[in-house]
Formats: sequence, structure tokens, C-alpha cells
Amino acid sequence: MTQIEEVTIDQYKHLVSERALTGETMLLNMGPQHPSTHGVLRLLLELDGEVVINCIPDIGFLHTGVEKNMEAKTYQKAEVMTDRLDYMNTMGNNLAYVMAVEKLVDLDVPPRAQSLRVILVELQRIASHLVWLGTSGLDLAAMSMFLYCFREREQILDIFELVSGQRMMTTYLRPGGVWRDVPVEFEKAVRDFIKIFPKRIDEYERLLTKNPLFIDRMVEIGHLSKETALAYGVTGPTLRASGVDWDLRKKRPYLGYEQYDFNVPVLTEGDTYARYLVRIQELRESLKIVEQALNKLPMGPVRSDNRKFVPPPRSEIGVSMEALIHHFKLWTEGFPAPDASIYSAVESPRGELGVLLAGDGGPKPRRVHMRTPSFDNLSVLPEIVKGHLVADLVAILSSIDIVLGDIDR
Amino acid sequence: MEKSLEPIIKDLHEKFGAAHEEFRGEAQCIVKAEHILAALTLLRDTHHFELLSSQTAVDYYPQTSPRFHVVYQLTSIEKNLSMQLRVPVNGDQPRLPTAANVYKTAVWRERELLDMFGIEFEGHPDPRRILMPEGTEGHPLRKDFPLGYEEPQFTFNYKEIDLRKPYAKE
Repeated sequence: MTQIEEVTIDQYKHLVSERALTGETMLLNMGPQHPSTHGVLRLLLELDGEVVINCIPDIGFLHTGVEKNMEAKTYQKAEVMTDRLDYMNTMGNNLAYVMAVEKLVDLDVPPRAQSLRVILVELQRIASHLVWLGTSGLDLAAMSMFLYCFREREQILDIFELVSGQRMMTTYLRPGGVWRDVPVEFEKAVRDFIKIFPKRIDEYERLLTKNPLFIDRMVEIGHLSKETALAYGVTGPTLRASGVDWDLRKKRPYLGYEQYDFNVPVLTEGDTYARYLVRIQELRESLKIVEQALNKLPMGPVRSDNRKFVPPPRSEIGVSMEALIHHFKLWTEGFPAPDASIYSAVESPRGELGVLLAGDGGPKPRRVHMRTPSFDNLSVLPEIVKGHLVADLVAILSSIDIVLGDIDR
Repeated sequence: MEKSLEPIIKDLHEKFGAAHEEFRGEAQCIVKAEHILAALTLLRDTHHFELLSSQTAVDYYPQTSPRFHVVYQLTSIEKNLSMQLRVPVNGDQPRLPTAANVYKTAVWRERELLDMFGIEFEGHPDPRRILMPEGTEGHPLRKDFPLGYEEPQFTFNYKEIDLRKPYAKE
């Protein structure tokens, strides 16, 4: 049995100011069970009255050893672990991982699968931003936002259920394509959403964007400068709100993002309100991408026909001996990948989601490292909350949009 | 590999004798531990690699020298380039100088490496574990750390296994 040790200030001596040691300022635990830490995050705050002097994030409560577990599974089986990382962005995590596998083994993806991936990943981005909008509204006492946002999110999750059978842990994107073709109802479901959603964004904006109470809580709160953001490795909407035009979809197009017409919203203010505006605009841009991708969704296969890496369709197994052998080999042994390592990154709703994948020549990866954006985005929090009130800390924390499953892995 | 990376790699080769590898169009430079800080500073200040995208390690156990490769994935936003530096580290007492003064990202990433691989970083401002609780023994992402499993209990040996099973009994 491990003994519960008494926590003393000695452990944090080098992180707090000298006034904390004399008892002049107060140390306060916020979390791990706190409604506005967006998960199991503990923040150790040093307070002078209500002003935050130091903030020490303590993470790891959701650590589940995803990377270690993936090393023990074959490349196909390890994919289910990626859903559980950033549970607001399951399709995006699948995408980051399958693209890394495809790069490592040099596998092509048919155009229909590419377009389907774009549609689903952008819908996931909208769903993720909706959860962020709902919960950060909730943090600032705009209770109704939460209900509205979850209403629309549910519509997206219904589409996911339609294509994959699962609302959240989809594992729909597979190395070499997608699991199977979408059902016929898919197009109507997405079109319904495209039709209804712009009005809904207007509705959210009418409620929040010019709301004086909301602006009072957000403007000039939690200023993050461009230099600090880059030094701490902040990416995604949080970085773009600080004036850096950096979006991997534009700068290093993957999945054919170069053929879609969309803008990358960039603001220079770098405060909580700018981060809010960037994400609200991203909702509209993502919807534009979904619409364009759906309009020119090509017909054709949805999985690569490279049988050394992609299992054959069920119909072939009954009539072809080779197909049966391939099926058997792929699901018992897996496919081998070269003894080399690659890094592949995609733009997740939170920033650069990178995967460092090292093979060892066998069917299991030697190392899978998920470069999760929330991890680096959270590390900048102590810098930007200094001098703000505790109530503002809540607004700042929700504006950098962290997911603890993404941080702790 | 992109053409504009070539002068940068040449520069690294001339100044630090960095070996260069390429795989699937990605540039990887192998740098010795004593040159890593100078190489990172050079890349940040002269070649505009503003972002340390990722810092992690790969364990090549049972190989012992080098056992680990510490990987620095760098991104240049200005020039839209990315490249990788790898530092081989030996298995007994792995140590590296800290990159926290060059890139602030490294503060948390190096805490993670200390926690997960037991790689120590000299001069690190806050050398504590980050994900595992204080007092954990071993470093989970090392290859010789067992993945762990639950011992199955059957009717005939239920009590026997229950006695040594590690869970809270109170």
C-alpha cells in the first residue's frame, strides 16, 4: 500500500513567490473536481486577495498510458486508442494516426475516401467548437448557450452514428481509406445540417458577440502575445488569435484541402475575446468546406486495393483464396512497417496534432508519440493568468479550449 | 526533401558534424548531445525555426548505446519548413542539457521525458514528474517496463490471488 503523503509547500518552493512562504499570500487548490476546469485538472493558485500571482497546473489525472498501449498492438488495432485521446475530436485523431501509418508504409488513399474524410473531420471540428462554445458560455453564466450548442452537436453525432454506428468513438477512418462507404441517407443528413447551421451561428452571435456582459468578461483578459505563444508551442485558434497566420490545412495541405475555398481567420488582439471570435468564424469556414466537399464528392472505392495493408471486402473472401489469405494474415499478424520513423501532423480543432510513428520492421509500432495540442496550449496558462482575478481565470482557461484526455493521454 | 532545407542541413553539418538522413521526404539530422543546445539556438535565431513542435524520445531497447533517441521536431512558420533533430543518448544514466532556455515548450516536454523515459535534463527549472504521481517507481514508456495486466481469478484460487492483488481493500 502506498501511503498518502502530506503535501507541503516545499515541493512547490521554486514555483511560488517568497510571500507564499511567509503566509502573506494564500495557496488555493482549484480542482481536480471543479466544474470549470473542463476535466480533471488541478490548478494550484497563489492568491493575493482575489488576484492570481502564480498558477501551477497539475495534470496526469486522466493518464491512461495510451502511447504504451499502442506499442503493444498491431497498427490497425492501435487505432481504437486514438479515439480516447481527445474525445471531442475523435475523427481528427483517427485522421492524424491513419495518415501517419499511411506515410510510414507508403499507402495511397482513393479520392472518395479523401473527400469523405474531409467532410467528417470538418463536421467534427464544428462539433468540437460547439462543445467549447457551450461550455465557455456556461463558465460565464450564459446557460442557454450550452443547451443550444449541444442541440446542434447532437445532429453531427447523429451523422457519425449513421456512418460508423457510433456517436463518439467512431474509428471510422482506417489506414488506406475509411471503414465502409457511407449509407444513402448520409447526403441528406449533411445537407440538412448545412441548411440549418448558418442561422444557428447567427443566433449564437446575437446572444454573445455584442452582449455587453460577455464583452466585459472577455475583452483584454488573458492577453497572449505572439512571441510568448510561439515560445510555448501554442498552436491552433489560440495562436491565430494572437496574430500568427498558421493553419496546416492551408500551409501544408493534406487530403486535398488546397482545392477548397476557405479563409483562415486571424486576429491580432490575442485576448480571450479574440480567441472567441476566431473560433466562431471557424465554424462558418468549416461549414463552407463541408459544403464544397459534399458537392464534389467523387464516386469510386473508399478503400485502397493494396491487399498487403488493407483487408479485402467481405464479398471477395467467399470466392477468392488470396483474399481469404490476406484477410487472415492481416487480422492475425498485421502488416509489417519499415524500421524507420516519421512525423505527420494535421490541424485539429485545438492546434497541431502530430504523430511521431516509429516502426521496428514488425507489425507493431516501436513508438507512437501523440503531439497533442492541448498539452502545449495549457503550458502557457501560468504566463497569461498572472495578475487576473480568479473569475477571469475561468474565462481564460475555457478560451484556450483544453481537453484533458488530450493532455494526459 | 524540400530544396530550401538543404543550406540549413549543410550549415548544421559544417558547424556540428551532423549526419543527415532522409525518409519519405522528411529531413532528420543526428546531432551529438554536446551540440544540441547550440544547434537549437542556431536554428531558432538564424533559420527562423520559431516553434518546437514536439520533443519526445524513442527507446531502442535492448540496444544500449545509444539506447534512446531524443527527437526535436522543429517548425519554421516564416519559411513553412519543418525538420527533425535527433540526439542519441546512452542507456546508463541518460542525461542531456535542457532546451528550456531556447524553447519554453521544452519545460513541460522535458518533464514528460523525465517521467516517461527517465532522461534527466541538466539545468531544468522544474524537474518534477508531470503525468505519473510523485513516488512512482520506474519510467512507464521504457521498453523494459511491463505493460501490466490483471491476474485472472478462478473459483479455486480466488482467495489466494486476492491476497496479493494490488487494489484498495479498505
